[in-house]
Amino acid sequence: MSQVIPAGQKWWSGGKSPFNVEYGKLMMWYFLMSDAFTFGAFLISYGSIRFATNGWPDPNEVFRAFPLMGDTHLPLVFVSLMTFILIMSSVTMVLAVAAGHQNDRKKVTFYMILTIIGGLMFLGCQAWEWTHLHGEGAWWGRNPFVNADGSKASTNFTNFFFTITGFHGFHVFSGVLINIIMLIKNLRGDFARRGHYLMIEKAGLYWHFVDLVWVFVFTCFYLL
Amino acid sequence: MENITTAANAHHEPEFSTKPIWRTFWVLLGITMVELILATIHLKTEFPPKYVLNGIYLILTCAKAFYIIAEFMHLRHEIKNMIMTMAIPALLFVWFAIAFLWDGNSFKELRNRYDSHHYEQSKTPAPKPAEEGHEPAAKKPGSAE
Repeated sequence: MSQVIPAGQKWWSGGKSPFNVEYGKLMMWYFLMSDAFTFGAFLISYGSIRFATNGWPDPNEVFRAFPLMGDTHLPLVFVSLMTFILIMSSVTMVLAVAAGHQNDRKKVTFYMILTIIGGLMFLGCQAWEWTHLHGEGAWWGRNPFVNADGSKASTNFTNFFFTITGFHGFHVFSGVLINIIMLIKNLRGDFARRGHYLMIEKAGLYWHFVDLVWVFVFTCFYLL
Repeated sequence: MENITTAANAHHEPEFSTKPIWRTFWVLLGITMVELILATIHLKTEFPPKYVLNGIYLILTCAKAFYIIAEFMHLRHEIKNMIMTMAIPALLFVWFAIAFLWDGNSFKELRNRYDSHHYEQSKTPAPKPAEEGHEPAAKKPGSAE
């Protein structure tokens, strides 16, 4: 690895951080990598079980409801809304990080509040979807949906769905808590006193990771 | 005011303007829209065969992941050594996914070939409405799947 240092820079000769990032930020990256392996293991076990099974429920039949729309057949609409909310809150998060780079405390507060609202909206959507599916009889160990070809489905479908979206939802929940803590610290002026907003950046990395995982969950459960 | 701030930080983080952020947002939104439009076309017309569509979804998902990591998480602006310490372990996923999906598929084919009872069971239409109420809990231990 040490051969690929940029020309003229002696990154590994001591005196400076060889990766040119702050220690906490680097450790956040490595934590996220380990978390990615956890999610990856979940999704790959879901995939291999699905490949090992003859029939599987059609997601467009299972996820077809929208709040207040009754029995209308609306596949993909609700999950698109959830995806949009999460992408939007990722944008406001990165805008907060950019504002932190300009040492603009008011703007950081503004964008952090928007990000927290986005996270709460996403959690609300997920709570509605879980409640709706539970109302239809789906839960861990219970699967009311039949396979796409009409044969009886195993409970693997609901088990994986609730475990993986639940694990992701828990990440969103803890991300919202972290963002709230960052907002409070910013309101107290901690970062302004410190002179930098690196903590906002680290919270931002975590938040973007949550969005990144959703991209894969969205594809694996709702599209494929 | 703005100029002073920019000048003071110019050597430190010139790349953190808001323009690429919005561009990335539109890219992500656009890719998601394409995925949804393709899925809707497939639902209405069955036109792109499902396996072609799955390949397209996979590529588009990886594109979205790349944009989030590179732009939102700012990884492409870090030092190359650091990028590599993330990218190389992450590449294990390619092998990891292929190996496990292949194995799952092979398990299914072997079982269908040698366990014809299982194969017939999995092709039998599910019993319809009457059982809905009590069925799931009662059937679970017996189905043993």
